[in-house]
Amino acid sequence: MNELEHPTGDPYGAKDGKDLISGITVFPMEPHVPRKSDIDPKAAIRAERQVATMFGLSSLMILLFIVAYIKVPADLLITIPVIGTLNANHLAIGFTFGMAILLIGLGAIHWAKKLMPDEEVIQERHALTSTNEERVAVQSSLQRGAAESGFKERKIIRRSLLGALALFPVPLIVLLRDLGPLPGTRLRETIWDEGIHLVTDATYKKIKASDIPLGGLINAVPENLLEIEHEEETLNQRGKASIIIVRMDPADIVSQQGEAWDYQGVLAFSKICTHLGCPTSLYQQRTHHLLCPCHQSTFDLSDSGNVVFGPAARRMPQLAITVDAEGYLVAQSGFNEPVGPSFWERG
Amino acid sequence: MSTTEESIQAPAHAAPTTKGGAVGYYIDDRLASANFTKRLVDKVFPDHWSFMLGEVALYSFIILLLSGTYLTLFFNPSMTEVIYNGSYVPLKGVKMSEAYSSTLAISFDVRGGLLMRQIHHWAALFFTAAVSVHLLRVFFTGAFRKPREINWVIGTLLLVLALLEGFSGYSLPDDLLSGTGLRIAQGIIQAIPLVGTYVAMFLFGGEFPGTDIMPRLYSIHILLIPGILLALITVHLIMVFYQKHTQFPGPGRTESNVVGFRLFPIYMAKAGGFFFVVFGITVLIAALVTINPVWLYGPYTPSQVTAGSQPDWYIGWLDGAVRLMPNLESVVFGYTLSWNILVPALVIPGIMFTALGLYPWIEAWATGDRREHHLLDRPRNAPTRTGLGVMALTFYMILVISGGNDIIASAFNLSINQITWGFRFLLFILPPLAFVLTKRICLGLQRRDNNKLLHGYETGRILRLPSGEFIEIHEPIGEAEKAKLLAKADVVPMALPSAVDENGVRNPKAAKSIARAKLSQWFYSDVIPTPTDEEMRAAAEHAAHELHEAESHLKEISQH
Amino acid sequence: MALSKRHPAALFAVLAVALGTTGAAYAAVNAQTAPKVVAKTETQVEQGKQLFLEGCSSCHGLAAQGASDGPSLLGVGAASVDFQVGTGRMPLAAPGVQAMPKMPSYNEEETAALAAYIATLGAGPGIPTAEMLDTTNAELALGGELFRTNCAQCHGASGVGGALSEGRKAPSLMDSNAKRLYEAMVSGPQSMPVFADSTLSVEDKKNIIAYVTELQANKSPGGFSLGRQGPVTEGLFIFIVGLGVLIVAAVWIGAKAK
Repeated sequence: MNELEHPTGDPYGAKDGKDLISGITVFPMEPHVPRKSDIDPKAAIRAERQVATMFGLSSLMILLFIVAYIKVPADLLITIPVIGTLNANHLAIGFTFGMAILLIGLGAIHWAKKLMPDEEVIQERHALTSTNEERVAVQSSLQRGAAESGFKERKIIRRSLLGALALFPVPLIVLLRDLGPLPGTRLRETIWDEGIHLVTDATYKKIKASDIPLGGLINAVPENLLEIEHEEETLNQRGKASIIIVRMDPADIVSQQGEAWDYQGVLAFSKICTHLGCPTSLYQQRTHHLLCPCHQSTFDLSDSGNVVFGPAARRMPQLAITVDAEGYLVAQSGFNEPVGPSFWERG
Repeated sequence: MSTTEESIQAPAHAAPTTKGGAVGYYIDDRLASANFTKRLVDKVFPDHWSFMLGEVALYSFIILLLSGTYLTLFFNPSMTEVIYNGSYVPLKGVKMSEAYSSTLAISFDVRGGLLMRQIHHWAALFFTAAVSVHLLRVFFTGAFRKPREINWVIGTLLLVLALLEGFSGYSLPDDLLSGTGLRIAQGIIQAIPLVGTYVAMFLFGGEFPGTDIMPRLYSIHILLIPGILLALITVHLIMVFYQKHTQFPGPGRTESNVVGFRLFPIYMAKAGGFFFVVFGITVLIAALVTINPVWLYGPYTPSQVTAGSQPDWYIGWLDGAVRLMPNLESVVFGYTLSWNILVPALVIPGIMFTALGLYPWIEAWATGDRREHHLLDRPRNAPTRTGLGVMALTFYMILVISGGNDIIASAFNLSINQITWGFRFLLFILPPLAFVLTKRICLGLQRRDNNKLLHGYETGRILRLPSGEFIEIHEPIGEAEKAKLLAKADVVPMALPSAVDENGVRNPKAAKSIARAKLSQWFYSDVIPTPTDEEMRAAAEHAAHELHEAESHLKEISQH
Repeated sequence: MALSKRHPAALFAVLAVALGTTGAAYAAVNAQTAPKVVAKTETQVEQGKQLFLEGCSSCHGLAAQGASDGPSLLGVGAASVDFQVGTGRMPLAAPGVQAMPKMPSYNEEETAALAAYIATLGAGPGIPTAEMLDTTNAELALGGELFRTNCAQCHGASGVGGALSEGRKAPSLMDSNAKRLYEAMVSGPQSMPVFADSTLSVEDKKNIIAYVTELQANKSPGGFSLGRQGPVTEGLFIFIVGLGVLIVAAVWIGAKAK
């Protein structure tokens, strides 16, 4: 340790009342003002008892914790004003545990504040830089080492080593290859195809076009999603193929993404936001606007699903639909463009 | 070889006198630890409440390690589908991942499990909040200056890691809210030019959501990031210990000393006690206040979403930036560049963290200040830095608030579209305004400090002078206050170098140093020097004279 | 048992009148009293027409055909009237993007009369019967699935409501009773899309209502719910209360003892 020496002999390392480094005026330490507990033995005993009480209460809380853990039923709900209806076991063990810990802390701090010395002490800083001799010494050691290794002179060794070291991480990266498949065309495809029935999500029922009221909204999925229900792909496909079906007055439809992609005012759109992929089904039937709850991108479903607000840059893809012989909604074809968020190769 | 033999002979020791001493001797015989231990025990730390913000962060981290370890005993990070059959009735029979189902089991079927989950999550919010506020303290007091720049960079890294750690943890329960967050993260990764789709496919083991992401996130969350965090926190603390803590100016405090209390016993009791306080408060909050009620959100499926989908607060700024960004996207040679995602999610954070990490060097370069600093700046005494800090903070806060624009809209019956548009403009209007305003306030405070030094503080007692003039009696300020107010190191902006050399020839190389000098002059513009000793003496004499006059006048009145 | 749109308008009037007569929200149609009620129907419709002309026609048009200030009410059905008028949303307190619930301006009898009148103008969904609202055998978990699929995107997974475009919002469901929930689903008030019985069956609606009722019980095992607003309020809490308390503790630790 290189303790700073004070040529000035000043206790604060100052010269002429000024800090040696910053030049600011240095004032002497204020005289120590004794606390009540320093002068009055009664006050000291009082403080001692307070600290001991806190530590004692902490132990009591631990005992109560064990009682609560065993005795309070784990499924009992109790109602407490302001807080509401909550689990009694959770509250009881949490409160006793928390208080036990808190009391140890409060006791220790109270002890330090009231009974341990509160006179501030001064400690010198040591220089955070080495002496010149030390620097020179380390430099020559390093140079000696470098010279002995011959790293500088033996170019072939140096270059071949650097080359080997540069290649050494390659296997570590290559080994990551099997983390997942290559993108391929996955992001461009969904399981929608010509003639696939639209079925309600969660209940999986075919949908009669005539059953959908004006202003209606149905969250739907392709019927063939059920066929892969127990395979790993289910969620992945659901994440791309989910759609919403809405019905509006055909007179309100300004434009569509394809001619006659609706069926008598019934329109189907992807449910996956073109911005960052949140399911988007906040359909406001009066304005025909579809709002994404994640970043508020808004699409006008009466106008080709175009973006009218928010950060999404692309319109919501529309699914061309029609009805089968019995009047149930079916897809005319799959989606004409990739659904969901943009990606580099999307174009 | 004889010298070596001599040196390994242990010096003669006296026998230990206490049992504790015996233990110490045993250890010292093996590690020669006496010197180090003495330095540790006698180490002096300065006392200030704001120095404890970093402690809150450290203690929250310890709480996170403890509670997190407990949770790993019950949590199952698997995405295998199961039918829930636990004790939470409204989800009975619902298909969900094992991750979500085990989270429900922790919440409803393990006694104290819900408490631990809530301790863990609240401690995570505490950790990120304390790290952020600690960063602000270090910034605004100039504690990052030489010789502590390296520790500032470590701190910046810790902040970034804390955010990643928080987000990966938030994602693990696989509930509707966290899955939505993961979906957004996946969308952002997918938007990265050239490699985005590949990175996304490799990370998720295929398409979103796949079945690989939870186990992978789990090892990142409980092993990789905490390991790095632990290592960096250790280095962070060793450096604080080795370089000694900074201190605020005051009586007896100089650049070459530390004034405070010794580690043993005062700090042992105070900081140790504070650990228990932080832990105790966290447990009490976890006992009384719900956090992340995952059972209400339901299991994640990519076709469901909830209104008010938000990340935890520390990711809010990122979400806010994504919400505010206009919908720009371009297709170049058949490839998509999603500016609407890249700018807010990658470019802005990149700039923010780079600027944050490099700030100590930026300021040192601009000011030319190469001195060591162990005395802290009072924020008002560095108006330009404080202004810049408040400017950055304003920018950040607008992003955070924008991240909750839907909650604000529904809570205050406002239009979300108008709020978004408002914030889009305010993001550029408010920060510079905040800079100017903060700087002015700082300068005003400096003037007030000077006033106090010259005229003392206002007592509120009013006297009428014989001339009919009213004066307020000022009392001189105390020595401690004086020490604080006068501790403003003089700053000298760099001199403007001449654009031509001594022969009158234009020097093209001077342009850089001229720019730098101008920056330095801007940084130190509006310097208000502290009053000189003479000025203070003159002011004191004047005040004494005035007071004397007033008092004699009072006497006259009372005599009549 | 589902009421389809093909039911004659008179049945809605019957239901409306039954409610008006008994004054009870969950009154069932009693076959024995039906003839009496039918006798009163015409006067009810007449009364409703009068009320409509006085209080509603300035916006919705004299024949309820709609005008610039109000949409057409032809075919909206009794459920819509009962919901809009019964919750005080109609008549509008002030023109704006969102009709807010308030103290109803019409009493139950008048509301029933209005509903009866509007129901005669075109076939539309009727007021749900007590049987349609009976959730005794409802499947809670399926209700949750349906709620998260169809409702949570606007009203939030915990049912506390959320923001829509341009200042509109999806209200909180915490104070809505089963009948109001049903009527809202079947009639699609304001921005809300219509979930007709033909696409979201009566049973599904019962399941959803059962789930919402469960949410309304506001059980919060982990403690104070912070309004169930999600991470935003949690973040506010940790800064204001959490860090606040710890900073007070830190100031206490740093302060000199007396």
